[in-house]
Amino acid sequence: MKALLLRDLRLAVRAGGGFGLSLAFFLIVTVLVPFAVGPEADTLSRIGPGVLWVGALLATLLSLDRQFALDHEDGALPLIATSPLPLEAVALAKAVAHWLTTGLPLTLAAAPLGILLNLEGASFPWLVLTLALGTPALSVIGTFGAALTVGIKRGGLLLSLLVLPLYVPTLIFGAEAARRGAMGLEVATPLLMLAGITLGALALLPFAAGAVLRINLR
Amino acid sequence: MSLRVEGLSVARGGVPVLDGLSFTVEPGQALVLRGPNGAGKTTLLRVLAGLAPPLAGRVEMPPESAAYASHADGIKATLSVRENLRFWADLYARPWAEGVLDDFDLRSLAHRPAGTLSAGQSRRLGLARLGVIGRPILLLDEPTVSLDAASVARFAGWLRERHLASGGLAVIATHVPLGLDAPEFDLSRFRADPMVAGQGSDAAFL
Repeated sequence: MKALLLRDLRLAVRAGGGFGLSLAFFLIVTVLVPFAVGPEADTLSRIGPGVLWVGALLATLLSLDRQFALDHEDGALPLIATSPLPLEAVALAKAVAHWLTTGLPLTLAAAPLGILLNLEGASFPWLVLTLALGTPALSVIGTFGAALTVGIKRGGLLLSLLVLPLYVPTLIFGAEAARRGAMGLEVATPLLMLAGITLGALALLPFAAGAVLRINLR
Repeated sequence: MSLRVEGLSVARGGVPVLDGLSFTVEPGQALVLRGPNGAGKTTLLRVLAGLAPPLAGRVEMPPESAAYASHADGIKATLSVRENLRFWADLYARPWAEGVLDDFDLRSLAHRPAGTLSAGQSRRLGLARLGVIGRPILLLDEPTVSLDAASVARFAGWLRERHLASGGLAVIATHVPLGLDAPEFDLSRFRADPMVAGQGSDAAFL
């Protein structure tokens, strides 16, 4: 599993690996929002956490279709499937690699980008905390979606349509916890729900992804 | 360590292509699959590798002993030749043996990004994976495509002297004579009637 994880990380940072793609998209969205919404500082700081959450979610979505499609195209996937590593572990390794190259950089970039949206001081720790808790769920759910669409040529559209509704609970609880934290309200409930979604996805979805990979490889 | 196939039927895309296959390959033996395009050579090899379920019949071999090599080599263009091979060694939890680079004449290419290799060189890299992962049962699908005569001879030599001589076995679909002392198995005799059967079950989903 470590071998696959290290290979995927290495591939991501090499030329054409798509490491910067999500980050650049996130930056573009956050920079453009103040131009579209207008420069009122109050409005921006009110919608800021929500905008950053939507931006991070869409940026995650952008890199999902590479998850298994590249290994499928060059024929590596059947060779990995016949290795001693079970397909469930393959899916988990892919999800972890995706989070390390997408979710983690997005979480770290959210704080400096928050300045562009005039976030209040109290918002920053909550935004980073909720993204750190929620982005692993986005990577695992997305990996499951990528496994479902692996045999389909140009399956990116189908993948987005399948995955977006599954992303909604994470978005609701993540953005809500960030908003409440910034306003000094009670945050325990949305925060626990968010952590629950992430843990549940991590525990169950690698098995689902392994099963659909097995079917798609036939 | 032998490969035993009994009454095997295989299907491609739900349509039966081969029916009633039985054969045994013993250690040190190679079996060459013959048959025109579409005869089911690739489908049979995928079933033997466990990638697709058989329609009927049994495949007996020790678990985790088979290596499958398809038309595509699974090479990552941005990794170097050595990095590509080391990944397979790590994934199969095998020690890295530098000698593989000499066996497949890749020593001088070891540091090149695999994306800059020619078709024949890529193929050599793809075949070198078999030397790295050390599985005793090789399922090879057209292993000599885009290899020149010298490379074909080198690969046949490796197969004969390194793999088969050490108790491995191989099932090879090929149109090119490899110079192996191997029995041939003509698949066209086992062609299934496509109108019969094709009864899929939902068992796989349950």
